[in-house]
Amino acid sequence: MMKVFLLHPEQDFDASQPLPPMAEDLMQDLALNVLLEAMAKGDEFLFRTLRQVLLSSLQDMAVIQYRQEVLQDCLNHPDVIRRIYRIPLEFMERKRRQWLWISTRYSPPASILNSAQQMLAATLDLLWELRRIADAHAEQFTSRGFRRFFAMIQQELDDPYLALVERQVNALRFPQGVLLSARLGAGNEGAEYVLRKPNNADQPWIKRMLTRKSPTYSYTLHPRDEAGARILGELRDRGVARAANAVAQAADHIESFFKMLQFELAFYIGCLNLYEELKRLAAPITFPRPAPLRERRLTCTNLHDVTLLLTMQQAVVGNSIAADGKDLIVITGPNRGGKTTFLRSVGAAQLMMQCGMFVPAASFSANLCTGLFTHFKRAEDKTLESGKFQEELQRMSAIVAHLTPNALLLCNESFASTNEREGSEIARQIVSALLEKRVKVAYVTHMYELAHHFWEHKCANALFLRAERLPDGTRTFRLQEGEPLETSYGVDVYRRIFGEDNEPLQQESEFARYSGSLQGQQ
Amino acid sequence: MSFGSILFDHDGVLCETEDALPFFSDLHLDRVIDAIIAPKREYDLKPFFLTPLHNVETILYRQEVMRDLESEPLMSILRAFAEQMSIARRYLAMVEKLDFELHKKGWFLEAALVYCNAVKKLAGHLENSCFRSRGLRLFRDYVMQYVRSSPFLLLAGEADQVKKALSEVRYCVIIENGKFKVGPYEEEEDYSVEVETTFAKFKQAAAEEYLVKLSQRSGMSHIEAIILEFVARLYPEPFAALREFCARHNPFVDETLRAFDREIQFYIAYLEFIGDFRREGLPFCYPQVSAEGRESSVREGFELALALSIRRQSERAVVRNDFFLRASERILVVTGPNQGGKTTFARMFGQLHYLASLGCPVPGREARLVLFDKIFTYFETEEDIRNLRSNLEDDLYRVHKILSQATPQSLLIFNEPFASTALHDALFLSKAVMARVIDLDARCVWVTFLDELASLSEKVVSMVATVDPTDPTIRTFKVVRQPANGLAYAFSLAQKHRLTYHDIQERIHDEGLSTAS
Repeated sequence: MMKVFLLHPEQDFDASQPLPPMAEDLMQDLALNVLLEAMAKGDEFLFRTLRQVLLSSLQDMAVIQYRQEVLQDCLNHPDVIRRIYRIPLEFMERKRRQWLWISTRYSPPASILNSAQQMLAATLDLLWELRRIADAHAEQFTSRGFRRFFAMIQQELDDPYLALVERQVNALRFPQGVLLSARLGAGNEGAEYVLRKPNNADQPWIKRMLTRKSPTYSYTLHPRDEAGARILGELRDRGVARAANAVAQAADHIESFFKMLQFELAFYIGCLNLYEELKRLAAPITFPRPAPLRERRLTCTNLHDVTLLLTMQQAVVGNSIAADGKDLIVITGPNRGGKTTFLRSVGAAQLMMQCGMFVPAASFSANLCTGLFTHFKRAEDKTLESGKFQEELQRMSAIVAHLTPNALLLCNESFASTNEREGSEIARQIVSALLEKRVKVAYVTHMYELAHHFWEHKCANALFLRAERLPDGTRTFRLQEGEPLETSYGVDVYRRIFGEDNEPLQQESEFARYSGSLQGQQ
Repeated sequence: MSFGSILFDHDGVLCETEDALPFFSDLHLDRVIDAIIAPKREYDLKPFFLTPLHNVETILYRQEVMRDLESEPLMSILRAFAEQMSIARRYLAMVEKLDFELHKKGWFLEAALVYCNAVKKLAGHLENSCFRSRGLRLFRDYVMQYVRSSPFLLLAGEADQVKKALSEVRYCVIIENGKFKVGPYEEEEDYSVEVETTFAKFKQAAAEEYLVKLSQRSGMSHIEAIILEFVARLYPEPFAALREFCARHNPFVDETLRAFDREIQFYIAYLEFIGDFRREGLPFCYPQVSAEGRESSVREGFELALALSIRRQSERAVVRNDFFLRASERILVVTGPNQGGKTTFARMFGQLHYLASLGCPVPGREARLVLFDKIFTYFETEEDIRNLRSNLEDDLYRVHKILSQATPQSLLIFNEPFASTALHDALFLSKAVMARVIDLDARCVWVTFLDELASLSEKVVSMVATVDPTDPTIRTFKVVRQPANGLAYAFSLAQKHRLTYHDIQERIHDEGLSTAS
């Protein structure tokens, strides 16, 4: 069986499986387009494929391990991988250039047969090329995935088989006429037309006809008997229908093998592209260590937000945290202090880990999750607006409909669109319930009430992180463990933006100060 | 007594006319009958449904058959038989249209095979069935005798033999450009299988199906005819046998079976039609039918055409109504709100009698009905209403014609006669006509808004289409035996539109106030 099996040890990647629920939100909230664009390098097919693989998280540590091995082989032999990847590309290119496609089932069998045959003829040298690569490089690969892949190529596409395919492709042109058997059906109409292989197929046609034991009657159509010719063609079609089906399916199968090869390699090509880009940006790269679903692990050193790296095109600040055993991570601190970036870096790394990729960190280990969900504040302004609040509640309700134990929920300023008392209370009830349901939560919030509630209860399974702010007001974009503080530092941002460095800020909240200045303008 | 017809216990006179009876459309019987026979177009059942019976014996004969047919095993046996007969008929019709001799004969043989199997199966099933009806018992005896008769045995035996010989013929066609050869099959290998195995290893997921479904044309081209000709030359014996078979057995369908096959569809069509209603919980019953007397009663009767359109359109429940006529009662006067179910009730009355006269189960829980000789209906059409008074003369002419043709055994159904006439005239005319109906002693349903008619005589029964007691604007479509009370409904309508005395007092302001506001 010709199977690619580079993404999974014993099954094809199911490209038809739907994206996980709320995948659009995930894409948007984690800015995954930035990551995917860097991996795809403008190739639309790569982009689509990578999105599918990235979002279809694995929950089986063995499969993650399997992909990591294959990926390591790719990182070691990028040229061979790109050469193999060119084979399906070349096939698609030929198909496009030569207008090869298999007529649909509504076409007459003769034309299906004809088009399928041309398609097969165009694939023979590509199959040979695949064999040659396997013969030359199989020894250098160590992953189980590639060892199986190459062994399969060498075994299934051996010389006799490739020769047989070639012979059959030629024979199916029926240079000597089509031999059909039939019987009399209802009303003496011909039925059960079956394509037959002439006995003594190796002998010349005329000799065969002469050696037939029984009488044969022949009829030659009048040259102008167009109806007759058409009917003869229909009879021929009746006979070759099944063979046409087989050949067309074979052509389909070869095409789908190439497609599968293209699809599964696309993932690794994307990883190669990203790897080269991260190397160029001098970012740390490591294969993450996954932990089982039921464990609670999140330990990393120098974890980068891959999308920020790719956007900034330079090294950025990484975070090191130790949140093993924690169900809840509450992140507070000043605006623009790196909270959202951290949340994104955790989300992206989780996704990359669960599809078998490396992550931009010195080290990274986390437990697997059954689903990754994001509930991010959608607009920057904080106007109190009931419509927005309702939208937030709706979105949360949609998420809750999909949550299962051991899922991971990333909240970014959730329920900030209502007043803090309401927002905190709602969030508190939601988060408490989720924790009891074994959902892991990381929550970035300005809501002191909320953060404080969990701090007060001294939950051993909660970690409190604060965006760091030096005494002079500068942000390090690093997160540190610490008690939630009552004030946010939004006023800092205000001050910076408005360039009022020397004004006293004291206890004024960002909001009070901001609205005060608006009043002053009136 | 030997089997004659499944529809008639003795020679019946069938009204083989396509012209519907005049009351059909007024009673919506046309819709009902059309719905019954629509699925059975090929049997031309309409004449059966256009011929009411006036003979209690024949009605009972049919009711017995119908009851027997209500047992599912028998019903499916007969359905299967009908299906096979229909196929045989289609084949024979096709034979007429075909061009080539061996092709025609081939299909003739197929028709005979289907027919023989159908008869054999039918006989096998009937042999062990129990019937209460005279009709089916006689028919069973007939079939058993036929299937054992030597002409049938010869037909069936030869058909099988000829078919067997033909189906053993195998041959090869070699097609090249512009020519072909035909020879015997010599165990050549199946090439498609070889192709399939060669390419099997590329199989990924389930593959697109390219197996073309080539349409099975009926008919044969000249090319196929030549091939068949060649095949007949290669294998002359089976074709000679075929020719002989066709010469000997044309025609082969038994006349009595042919008639039965059509007539039994009268029952099957009706039972299939009411089956859908029964599944929805609507009752049908075999009416007790008598030729004499006037007393009749129905429990939970309903109007079929309405039930039919309700089933097609909405979830609304079908309302069922009771009525009875006892002692000297002859006339049901129906009053009540517009759109309240009065006309529906009148139609139901007519339909129940008509369907009972066909020997069919009728829509209702329980029914005791007296046969009629004729049904007369008087329904005002929309057009009449538009033309107003100018048509009064025509109206009266129509009524007169009805009364001159009607007998004490007739049914009269008057729906709002004289509704477009001035009240005084309408009342006068109605009373006058009703007096004649009373004299005639015929049974009558009379829908009217004239309350006075409801208490005209001891022969008159007052029935009222009722409304919901808690909300008078909701019609219940229940028509019940009670004194006419048209005003009650008028009052409730007035309330709804705030036009009662009190409403109007409130809504009309004193002059001064109205100008101020």
